[in-house]
Amino acid sequence: MADAKVIPFDEDTRARRGPGRPRGRAGSRKKNEGAASATPLSAVPAEFPNEPAGAPEPRAPRDDADPAGAPATAPEGVQQGQDGPAGDPGATGGTGVADGGGAPRTAPASGVAEALADALGGAAERLMGARWDRKVAHGLSFLRRRITGDYEVDEFGYDEQLTDQVLMSVLRPFFDQYFRVEVKGIENIPAEGGALVVANHSGTLPLDGLMAQVAVHDHHPAGRHLRLLAADLVFVLPVVNELARKAGHTLACTEDAQLLLERGEVVGVMPEGFKGLGKPFADRYKLQRFGRGGFVATALKTGAPIIPCSIVGAEEIYPMVGNSKTLARLLGVPYFPVTPTFPWLGPLGLVPLPTKWTIQFGEPIRTDHYPPEAAEDPMLVFNLTDQVRETIQHTLYKLLVQRRSVFF
Amino acid sequence: MGKVVLVTGVARKLGSRFVRRIQHDPEVDRVIGVDAEVPEHQLGNAEFVRADIRHPMIAKVLAQHAVDTVVHMDVSGTPLGSGGRAQVKETNVIGTMQLLGACQKAPTVRRLVVKSTTSVYGSAPRDPAVFTETMPPKSLPSGGFAKDAVEVEGYVRGFARRRPDVAVAVLRFANILGPQADSPLAEYFSLPALPTVFGYDPRLQFVHEDDVTDVLVLASLDARRGTLNSGTFNIAGDGVLLLSQTARRLGRPTVPVLLPAVTWVGQMLRTAGVTDFSPEQIRLLTHGRVVDTTQMRETLGFAPRYTTAETFCDFARSRGPGLLPPDRLARTVDAIAAALPAGANRT
Repeated sequence: MADAKVIPFDEDTRARRGPGRPRGRAGSRKKNEGAASATPLSAVPAEFPNEPAGAPEPRAPRDDADPAGAPATAPEGVQQGQDGPAGDPGATGGTGVADGGGAPRTAPASGVAEALADALGGAAERLMGARWDRKVAHGLSFLRRRITGDYEVDEFGYDEQLTDQVLMSVLRPFFDQYFRVEVKGIENIPAEGGALVVANHSGTLPLDGLMAQVAVHDHHPAGRHLRLLAADLVFVLPVVNELARKAGHTLACTEDAQLLLERGEVVGVMPEGFKGLGKPFADRYKLQRFGRGGFVATALKTGAPIIPCSIVGAEEIYPMVGNSKTLARLLGVPYFPVTPTFPWLGPLGLVPLPTKWTIQFGEPIRTDHYPPEAAEDPMLVFNLTDQVRETIQHTLYKLLVQRRSVFF
Repeated sequence: MGKVVLVTGVARKLGSRFVRRIQHDPEVDRVIGVDAEVPEHQLGNAEFVRADIRHPMIAKVLAQHAVDTVVHMDVSGTPLGSGGRAQVKETNVIGTMQLLGACQKAPTVRRLVVKSTTSVYGSAPRDPAVFTETMPPKSLPSGGFAKDAVEVEGYVRGFARRRPDVAVAVLRFANILGPQADSPLAEYFSLPALPTVFGYDPRLQFVHEDDVTDVLVLASLDARRGTLNSGTFNIAGDGVLLLSQTARRLGRPTVPVLLPAVTWVGQMLRTAGVTDFSPEQIRLLTHGRVVDTTQMRETLGFAPRYTTAETFCDFARSRGPGLLPPDRLARTVDAIAAALPAGANRT
């Protein structure tokens, strides 16, 4: 273990950063437009006659995506983020409830709606731009499929439609405006076939996983989906488990990971687990033990390449200065964070600091040239685990050196 | 000489369906139906023997008719007619023990097919998302039908060890639905509003009644070329439905209830004898369960005719519309789209 192999990554990554960066930027700009056209979806229920222009308004500032706009969207977005679990199903369930109740109401009101239509059209055009009619039609067809149950989920409960149209739209403001995530080396994720993305884990709350998911979803040229492996605590909590499953996450166990890789999915894993997530602020960017190397064994079994992923910026969102072990035991959670703002400011303390993030996907480590029984070789598994760990750690240090400031 | 098939649990709909289906098979000579109650349904040309499988008399039936194939379908979660949970458990467990004991003493028996359930995997948040046949559950079912099924499978494994010359097939069925289903889950879906557990949206898998009889026939006859029909197989339709999706497709509103309240109310209702909605059903409707069917397709060589969604569609059609029929909601949305200013329709 001590003589871990450190692969020479310097030349490679430096050479790649040239093409990598502009591509990421271009991708993000393109997706921004896509996002803008997609946002009104969530605003669609507001098109019901009883509430003509309620919901599009908070979305409006998003269109001017200058830095000044970021603070404006922040409070709204943040609130959704920290009780994201609680707030979200409210939103999605809300549509269901709204149309449930709306159905009988709107049927006789269609005459009234026509009368309102002209006034509404003018208002909507001002709020959502010239193409509002197409967006509304798109949103209504989405709504129609949702309320009639006409959509597909896979065996893991992944609801692609909901993830693409709603969950990603909720996370995107965080990604683009709040954390201003810079994505590097996204082309290291293959366009097809299984791949195992191994990332560092930090930030007290697992926002880094979600941001990595948005990064892959929005920036990968083939539009791949990152299927995260989450801790079992996620699937015990109500609401959180429902959302996690719908967003394509599944339990971090060998069986699920192997099945997903065999089906050619991109699987994301954070082998540090709670050790990384709940480490004190003083230990930031020091990688913890990488589990028992189960992820390497799974990759070897399926021959999927391992893509090391380094996330910079997540460590500082909730600087954890203390840990109340008693409270954690009482609540049945692995740690109870004490930050300069939490729990002193109550829910306000849950607002993450707006740090500047970088997500770098590294050179893939191939595993397909090993025989399948290599997964049973503990030395090889340990060596590969160390190689992945060292790669991530070194990339972290490099990115930290390049970083101008925590917030910019 | 054709086969002599003995089927237990023929007083139930599923059992009688299977009897009617298998007696038309050219390979089958005679079909003997066994149950403690006289079946209400037609059994066709099959002979009915009124016998309780909990009594040693079943051994005489086996010997008398020189039975070579035993299809054990009397493993069920709901009581037949009167009788409570204790009697169900007794039939499931003691009945299976007696039947297997009788089979062990009957030299003519060549094949045993047992109807089991995927609830032997339990449903827990810490389980893998998709169960395969070889996966042991993280937490064994604590009681109810699921525990019976686990015990039954244990006895069947013991029997398979003692009689290696008998081909044993254990079929673990996902929730069986269809136009005639009368399972607790079918009753649940017939409620005007579906109580759900707040914050959980379980993944469900269904298998159609027709597929159940088809796969039982496949397992009862000699294996086709290139397939093997002894062993343990998960049987489920393709695909997955979420509970929220089933409610929307049924057109029934859901009423989310907090988990502690669900458990408590369920217990109250069971104590009062209003319903026999068991804790394991609540666990299923909280955490859901999905099984892998690769073995069923590749080893058993069975391809279900209905997917999970089609099975549910067939079931929903038989139940009539709910309070919020999907087609009416869809028409409402279309009406809103049409009522929008002319611009919306240009696209």
